[in-house]
Amino acid sequence: MKRLFAALALGALLATPASAIELQQVTSPMGRIGWLAQDSSIPFASIEVIFTGGAGLETAERAGAVSMMTALLSEGAGDLDAQGYATALESLAGSVSFDAGRDQVTMSIRALSENRAQVVDLALLALTEPHFDQVSLERVRAQTVASLERSALDPNTITARAFASAGYTGHAYANPVSGTPDTVAALTLDAILEAHRAVFNKDLVYFGAAGDITPEEFGAFIDRVLDDLPISNTPLPDYRAFAAPPGVTVIDFDGPQSVVQFGHAGLRWDDPDFMAAYVLNEIFGGGGFGSRLMKELRESRGLTYGIYTSLASGRFGDSFAGRFSTGNETAAEAVALVREQFEWLANGGITQDDLTRIQTYLTGAYPLRFDGNEAIAGILASMQFNGFALDYINVRNDLVRAVTLDDVQRVARRLAQPEALHFVVVGRPVGLE
Amino acid sequence: MLSFRHLTAALAVLIALPAAAAEPEVFALDNGMQVVVIEDHRAPVAVSMVWYRVGGADDPAGQSGIAHYLEHLMFKATETLEAGEFDRVVEENGGQHNAFTSWDYTAYHQRVAADRLEQMLAMEADRMVNLRLDRSEWLPERDVILRERGQTLESNPDRVFGEQMRAALFQNHPYGRPIIGWRHEIETLTGEIATAFYRVHYAPNNAILVVAGDVVPADVLAMAQRHFGPIPAANTPPRVRPLEPPHQAERRLTMRDARVGQPYVNRLYLAPVRRSGAQREAAAFQMLAALLGGSAQTSVLDLALTYGEQIAITTWAGYSGLALDNGTFSLGIMPVEGVSLQQAEDALDRVIAGFIETGVDAAQLDRVRMQIRAEAIYELDDTAERANGIGAALALGLTPADEADWLAVLESVTAEEVIAAARQLDRRSSVTGWLMGVDQ
Repeated sequence: MKRLFAALALGALLATPASAIELQQVTSPMGRIGWLAQDSSIPFASIEVIFTGGAGLETAERAGAVSMMTALLSEGAGDLDAQGYATALESLAGSVSFDAGRDQVTMSIRALSENRAQVVDLALLALTEPHFDQVSLERVRAQTVASLERSALDPNTITARAFASAGYTGHAYANPVSGTPDTVAALTLDAILEAHRAVFNKDLVYFGAAGDITPEEFGAFIDRVLDDLPISNTPLPDYRAFAAPPGVTVIDFDGPQSVVQFGHAGLRWDDPDFMAAYVLNEIFGGGGFGSRLMKELRESRGLTYGIYTSLASGRFGDSFAGRFSTGNETAAEAVALVREQFEWLANGGITQDDLTRIQTYLTGAYPLRFDGNEAIAGILASMQFNGFALDYINVRNDLVRAVTLDDVQRVARRLAQPEALHFVVVGRPVGLE
Repeated sequence: MLSFRHLTAALAVLIALPAAAAEPEVFALDNGMQVVVIEDHRAPVAVSMVWYRVGGADDPAGQSGIAHYLEHLMFKATETLEAGEFDRVVEENGGQHNAFTSWDYTAYHQRVAADRLEQMLAMEADRMVNLRLDRSEWLPERDVILRERGQTLESNPDRVFGEQMRAALFQNHPYGRPIIGWRHEIETLTGEIATAFYRVHYAPNNAILVVAGDVVPADVLAMAQRHFGPIPAANTPPRVRPLEPPHQAERRLTMRDARVGQPYVNRLYLAPVRRSGAQREAAAFQMLAALLGGSAQTSVLDLALTYGEQIAITTWAGYSGLALDNGTFSLGIMPVEGVSLQQAEDALDRVIAGFIETGVDAAQLDRVRMQIRAEAIYELDDTAERANGIGAALALGLTPADEADWLAVLESVTAEEVIAAARQLDRRSSVTGWLMGVDQ
């Protein structure tokens, strides 16, 4: 591949759709809300439900409990064991999956129109009547620990974890979503049950659907999900901005490359300047083409295969951070260059031309996000999670175009702090310590 | 352009959308270039891909990685575009683009608003013949590839192990070489070598254009005529690669690496490929992989070893039959603590032997078939994947009819054919690898 699109953990980037397909707000019989893009041209539908509060609800000692809990949901529910549950879903060719993130747990359902009711029954069974028995716990624990032990030896994971724990000391964002081999080894069934109660409740739940499903059917689904869930009693975590001491931390790792993560505090997801900062990041180190950092480190000097930054603005914390890999012998040069680029950014380096180009790109790329039922359902749920109105899709491109160079420079001065940069370097970098 | 409908009321007017399931239309230009169009008018977006019938297995001996290196260099200057201009034009049009190289093909793709399609085709046609490589561009890009190899491959013991497995499986065919190339050979590649390779392999008669999305076939054909039509066919040599001799001895290897968390056994067999008009054998291997390892809860291997005997953390089975010369079939097991790799490998072999002995579970076969039928519906929602499927198929000499038939062929595979495929797995044509930590 010419480019490997970065696997940096992104926080709440704007997740907003645009489409030729009609969006509508559905109100269920019980008066609850969901967003729907109905389209009957292909006989299936995707549904996504976001439950606020994921791994962020955990204490450090129980890191991984929410993730493990979601993995156990497919290991038997109601009167079905793990095999019975999987067999039932496979017979319907439907899918029900749960995914744990820092800020939320998502439930994704995909079902053919001919048997959607049965697939939904199975999804609700997993949601409300999971077995959580000791045998399943031990099996999934072994699988999880195996995977964690592998990633504990992966330089990318080592870098990400060291960076998070340096910047979010004492906060839930310092804990890996999937836990560590030690915390997962210590998880009890009680911890799993508690995670289940903490995540799946009536509060702050968001529904999106796309495809061959009517508003009435979707409304009935929403009520069924919420009727079966308890009221929440788990407090959400406090908010924390990333705060690591400036400087370079080297972690020795025997390999040909150095993996580098760098950054400092970012911007709150609900900051009035968030859109300007988003545009700024796209110019500086975003996933589009020819970002400033890609030009300086890759195109001109061949120092890396890819370098990306993101405004990792989560619901409960934020950072402005990036990552790249380089050869051990070029790590010092690359780190110095990144500092220089932050200075360039802080000192008003972005030009009107840079801004105009990225605005054209961002507004043109917007419709491309609407890429199939699953993507649309996900976007509809996450738009609500992020507090947008349904008509945001109509104004979003105008908001991008409304960002002026003054806005960008104001945010650049606020955001970019070359002297505050914290670097974590995992490898055997020459000339760094 | 997109129409953004402003919603003011809870009741929205639902629009009738046309059926999305148009069959691909196929054309050929006079210079031999194939053109495939898939109509999908659900969104005003188009995917455009140009596939070249050349890949890593066509790298000359001693120059492994040249096909992939050229893929990177195709984003540099041409006689009409400056370096970086391709990126900029796609960006200015709000598009997304990238490229990938396999052993058998190289593909370049863009995803743009449908009314920007022609500009993409114009630029693809331009770089099919006008690439102009300057040392100031190819030299740093070679470093980028060495970084890519370091980051995506050498930093990951599973990937290094996979590379070693393939190198041991193929005794003569260049499929045994990594697509990205061996590091010591990448270091010797130059712009001149890339240009020579480009001149031989990049030509309309060796390429396929696939356009999918909100387009009309006749319009796409006219655009293709305009931009690719004037490019003369080249004297592209036939793809004759060194082929595998009969394998006489199974291979075994052990790799130790400090970065390995959990040891495991992987086995790779030579397997048949999908051939035009003769896909049944490949389909049987695909079904075999689905039955042995397609589901984490109900497949034969996990059911017996993860849930039954509880000696595995996980197991897997996979088949890759989309290749020109050889496919591969893989089996593997990661044992729980206290079970040795030898015990794990023996258990894996025992379960496969038992499967051949007892035969296919009819209910399981029905479930897999149901999922194949559903896939025929689900895949209509993924235009890019449809473009990808037909592009790869055509690049390998399959026809649109072969691709259209594939799911039906899969569904028609019988239990007997699955067992026959399992019996065909021959240890003499395999490599078994043990990956473990340094003190395991």
